[in-house]
Amino acid sequence: MQDRIKYWKGIEELENAPEFAKHAHNEFPEFLPVNEVEGGESSSNGKTHRRDFLKLLGFSMAAVSLASCEAPVRKAIPYLNKPVDVEPGTANWYASTFFLNGDYNSILVKTREGRPIKIEPNPSSSLTPLGTSSKAQGSLLGLYDINRLRYPLAAEKEAKWEDVDKQIKSRLANVNGKVAFVSTTIISPSTKKLIDEFGSRFSNFEHVTYDPNSASGLLQANGGVIPGYDFSKANVIVGINADFLGTWVAPVPFAKQYIQTRKLNPDSPAMSRHYQFETMLSLTGSNADVRVPIKPSEEADLVKALYNAITGGGAASGPGASAKALAAAVKELKANNGKALVVSGSNDPGIQAMVKAINSALGAEGSTIDTAAPYYVKQGSDADMIRLVNEMNAGSVGAVFFYNANPVYNHPLSAKIVSGLKKVGLKVSFADRVEETSKLADFITPDSHYLESWNDFEPKKGFLSLAQPAISPIFTTRQMQDSLLVWSDQKTDFYEYIRSNWRSVASGDFNKFWEKAVHDGVLENGTSLLKVKSSTAAASTASVKKIQPSAIEAVLYEKVSIGAGEFSNNPWLQELPDPVSKATWGNYVAMPRQMAEEMSVVQGDVLKVTFANNESIELPALVQPGQAPGTVAIAMGYGRELDTMPVAKGLGANAFPIATVADDVVLYTSGVKLEKTNATSPIAQTQTHHTIMDRIVVQENTLAKYKENPKEVTEYVRLATHEGPAKPATISLWDDYEYKNHHWGMVIDLNSCIGCGACTMSCNVENNIPVVGKAEILNRREMHWMRIDRYYSAREHEEKDYATMEHPADNPSVIFQPMLCQHCNHAPCETVCPVAATMHSSEGLNQMAYNRCVGTRYCANNCPYKVRRFNWFAYANNDKFGFNEPMNNDLGKMVLNPDVTVRARGVMEKCSFCVQRVQLGKLEAKRENRRPKDGEIVTACAQSCPTEAIVFGDMKDPESRISKVLARQQGERAFHVLEELNTQPNVTYLTKIRNLA
Amino acid sequence: MISCILKTQSRFFCAFLLSLVVSFGALAQEGASEQADVATKGVDPGATAGAEASTGDPAVISAGESLFKNNCAVCHSAGSDVIVGPGLQGVTERRSEAWLLKWVKNSQALIQSGDADAVAIYNEFNKQAMPSFAFSDDEIKSILAYISSGQGVTSAPAAGPEGVTAGESVGTEAVGAASAIGGYLDIVLVVLIIVLIVLVVTLLLITSLLKNYLNKNRTLNEYDTEVVNQRFDFSKVYKSKAVRALVLLIFVVVLVDLSIDKVMGIGIQQGYQPKQPIAFSHKLHAGDHQIDCNYCHSTVYKSRSASIPSANICMNCHSQIKTESAEIQKIYKAIERNEPIQWVRIHNLPDLAYFNHSQHTKVGGIECQTCHGPIQEMEVVYQYSPLTMGWCIDCHRETPLNTEGNEYYDKLVELHDASSKGAFTVASNGGTECSKCHY
Repeated sequence: MQDRIKYWKGIEELENAPEFAKHAHNEFPEFLPVNEVEGGESSSNGKTHRRDFLKLLGFSMAAVSLASCEAPVRKAIPYLNKPVDVEPGTANWYASTFFLNGDYNSILVKTREGRPIKIEPNPSSSLTPLGTSSKAQGSLLGLYDINRLRYPLAAEKEAKWEDVDKQIKSRLANVNGKVAFVSTTIISPSTKKLIDEFGSRFSNFEHVTYDPNSASGLLQANGGVIPGYDFSKANVIVGINADFLGTWVAPVPFAKQYIQTRKLNPDSPAMSRHYQFETMLSLTGSNADVRVPIKPSEEADLVKALYNAITGGGAASGPGASAKALAAAVKELKANNGKALVVSGSNDPGIQAMVKAINSALGAEGSTIDTAAPYYVKQGSDADMIRLVNEMNAGSVGAVFFYNANPVYNHPLSAKIVSGLKKVGLKVSFADRVEETSKLADFITPDSHYLESWNDFEPKKGFLSLAQPAISPIFTTRQMQDSLLVWSDQKTDFYEYIRSNWRSVASGDFNKFWEKAVHDGVLENGTSLLKVKSSTAAASTASVKKIQPSAIEAVLYEKVSIGAGEFSNNPWLQELPDPVSKATWGNYVAMPRQMAEEMSVVQGDVLKVTFANNESIELPALVQPGQAPGTVAIAMGYGRELDTMPVAKGLGANAFPIATVADDVVLYTSGVKLEKTNATSPIAQTQTHHTIMDRIVVQENTLAKYKENPKEVTEYVRLATHEGPAKPATISLWDDYEYKNHHWGMVIDLNSCIGCGACTMSCNVENNIPVVGKAEILNRREMHWMRIDRYYSAREHEEKDYATMEHPADNPSVIFQPMLCQHCNHAPCETVCPVAATMHSSEGLNQMAYNRCVGTRYCANNCPYKVRRFNWFAYANNDKFGFNEPMNNDLGKMVLNPDVTVRARGVMEKCSFCVQRVQLGKLEAKRENRRPKDGEIVTACAQSCPTEAIVFGDMKDPESRISKVLARQQGERAFHVLEELNTQPNVTYLTKIRNLA
Repeated sequence: MISCILKTQSRFFCAFLLSLVVSFGALAQEGASEQADVATKGVDPGATAGAEASTGDPAVISAGESLFKNNCAVCHSAGSDVIVGPGLQGVTERRSEAWLLKWVKNSQALIQSGDADAVAIYNEFNKQAMPSFAFSDDEIKSILAYISSGQGVTSAPAAGPEGVTAGESVGTEAVGAASAIGGYLDIVLVVLIIVLIVLVVTLLLITSLLKNYLNKNRTLNEYDTEVVNQRFDFSKVYKSKAVRALVLLIFVVVLVDLSIDKVMGIGIQQGYQPKQPIAFSHKLHAGDHQIDCNYCHSTVYKSRSASIPSANICMNCHSQIKTESAEIQKIYKAIERNEPIQWVRIHNLPDLAYFNHSQHTKVGGIECQTCHGPIQEMEVVYQYSPLTMGWCIDCHRETPLNTEGNEYYDKLVELHDASSKGAFTVASNGGTECSKCHY
């Protein structure tokens, strides 16, 4: 490797901005932060006064003498009548399902003493057996959100269920006009049936489905369903503004399929080639082999060119800079007939009709598109919703119900909805809190959390799953379906309703069948229950909406972790860095470097964004490499101003006005005007907190080279000795450890990692990691034990393209590297701890004893991987960190893992390789008089990874998966980060291989 | 200073007295425990001659015995006495084996099937349903073998009504003795102190009387006068540097010793014996009636927590036994009010330490008493062990691993034996590493 690729973590590192250079040499801020959060006026100068000192001294003396008094009496309260299945101290697992706005995960819920404390993937499911999305992991905290409604509201006042039921029933009996049930996509067959039955009592009833991030165009072009895409069968994938690994349609199943074509089998190396044409640098674009930035206004032309080239056989002449890549893509698509797939994220039915035609011309139907099993995860119809809004304004709607729907916040016609709602006689919302829409409702009849409810799902035709309650409702909420049953005077409850509905798919004894279905959580025998509306408005390839080019074209996008605002109030997900920008806590205007230079904007400058409707918002700018020239991207889901969302309140601004309505379709792009203001607002990015100083941290190579000689794809550092170059591990001052029992290790395949962040989220939940908030992230004090490093790079030396050499930030390659404690066998941290609070275990773990730690931070300074985290504050029971909900209120604390300590202020912490799981796994094996089985003990990150990028296991067991992978990859793709330091990590990485064109 | 020494002296004296009293008390207790011995003697199953007479395989019988004691003895005696259910002596003659197998596995099913015998039994015993047991046929047969062997017959009195009263009276006597000891001790001390003061005063009086007599009534020579009217110059003593240094040294040593003692004792609650809301006696249940710990602390072999029994476990027996007792009434009230019983937690490990019961009981094979002390003798439970880290580590260093028959350890034992001659202790398998308990 003569031409080493230059990696950089952000623009500031590439340009070596002064701020960056300052931080680069200084891992920890110099000042002590005591006064910053806790200090009042008097101590603002950062000094301690003599009197304060004496006060403190006196207080500590008093505290010490108090401590020597009798310990407080603690109670042990057993169950009065112990439930049969609950055994204190042992976890129970329940199969269930998480679904919200397209994100479907079949899950297992871990409960302790009746409290759900963790969500894991359900291996019985064939759609999502490997991992979950970060949203599914984080959704757990919603259960313990103290801001949820605890009772129904009638006219904004607390009411009793009986009274509310009576009033709603009597008002429904005298309803004038149409009864509308507005929801986001419902994939529950029983719920849909119930809604239809409920509606059959009214002469004029409509169930209107809309999605905040709509796929209406795609549905129209495909007869009301989403084609059964199967990326695993594709050799060539072309994505056009479709973030199918992050937010588009069904990201978790798609990621699983996609990665099957990207994992490298050493015996027959082959990979799919992935072209991505997109405006903003998305998670999917980051993983593409060839990525071309395009403007939203160029999208139609690009698809048309592709369409003409594939169906007509003419030459492809794509717009602007995409021409070369498009020609290559066409060539490969044609060459891989029957093994190619084109997907588009556009909401324009015309574009989607062309994409459908392209796919059928490529012979995708029947191979890369399973026509028999379409996806149901998006069913929203923009036209229906727009029609309903007009009907409301015309006064012809008598009653409206909102379920999982907040159109006042997340629909472009928000203002018209507000005015229309004033003319509706009865407005009922099932929202779990007072939010933008439910605030305007006459009644809020709060729906229970999904972990408290029964439900069924059919995300894909023939793939049924169930949700069962893992806890009884915490508040006096009632699940929507039960409310509907009460209001339609049915005596049965929804559980019985689902059961009777499922009788049609049962075989044999129903009770046995049902028990098995509930236990497995899924039923995948091909039977289908869900009825979807088939689209009547056929899409034509001719009716493409022309997006007028404007000076600055803005796109509205969904963040991987926040969704369309459903998770705004979730501190875990707010603090989870965006996979690409690595920004937390808020949205921003992502703009290309060129535009920033022209406007002389630097990162953090606040811009005034004026939309087409003359409304404006103010947001800070973020210079995003890879953003198409002349465009900006702003995330949805921010700008919440309600007290019921204290975590989200005041974060970012609502950018929904970017979305515009054009002929019954919502387009998520429009022209905006940008003005620079004098204000600045820093963006809390986790990315620039560490620097790599040009060392070999991450490695990549090309498939061509791998095929040529797999032994040359990875660069191994050799040290010069008098006997010639030697492996660093052979030269050592220290004795090696002898592992007799277990030797835990981890292999992370950089080819499989898509950077989604599910592992980080899973680690947070499992290990009680505190949320530190925006201010502390700006101070570079995030606590995440596991982070995903995202490096940009440009193949400047190889391409010999002067334009890219000049501006490597315009369209860089992206590589993700999960980084966690490497559990070094010769750990630099262990040798510098003055109190031996961190030391090596006989099983290869680098242990951290919190109660021994005195907080010198020597270990963190000496860690070359920068994976140690210091508790600058007491994050638990501290009003200053009130947003850290899992540790600051009694309800939130129920989510904490009882097997892991909540760390105190002033101690160092880091990844423990989920030692609590290792210990439990060994104990279970010992109790059964056997050795642990491979795969039985897994860390939280490995368990939640949707692409199986992380393999954890016992390297001492020659039959374990990790041992086999290591044996196979040694000398080829396996490498240790910073091997030359001879830290001998127990975490091994596999070099990323790109299938470059 | 002088007072300090005096105090120490008095402490010695007190200690001496204390030991005297305690040994008296111990004598008294011995008397009580002898009584208890009499009451529980019958428990020893090997004492009966019937054992040899029976024809069953001793291994089967002993397997049956342990099953019986763990599962059945709570409600049934092996003799003819009624506890909750009927005494089981001769049950194999009264009923067929097939019937018994069905009954044990699921008595309700048998009753519902309309079996005449089953219905009769059910009605006879106040429609108290017998729980179903997931035993294999062989297991049930071993229990039956144990019953018909007659080994358990003599244990009946212990578990029977007489046993209850005997045990109970012993219990109260023991409590009485203990409280009496406390009362006596105070009185004896006060009396002794008064006697001592009287003694000192008397001696002083005698001295001064003698002195006065000698001075007045005898003419003494110079030497004798000096002896009689001796004056001791105290100032010399306390002005001496050596004495001062010594005093200071002793003072500092005592102070340091006391403070170290106190500081080390912070947070250690060894001997902590709080009053519980219900006067539950482990002595009665675990000691006299030999109820297996696992019966109430049902998760002790499979979970991190041993679990404090829920009220419904109490009700397994106390729906029938001693229903009038005021203490049992408290449980009924709790159930009626739907308020759980708030026991006072005795063993409080700090949150930073992870402890798993099953690791020690099931895997390590450690008896409950090793850590919890003679629980079967405790009327009111107290914290027997200090529960300090030093105490944990000491045991981990000394205790050999329970590797017998556990495949997990097979290879480790081989490796250890090959490299070391010492015992294969918990510590030598990494049992003293931080992350084994702290995470």
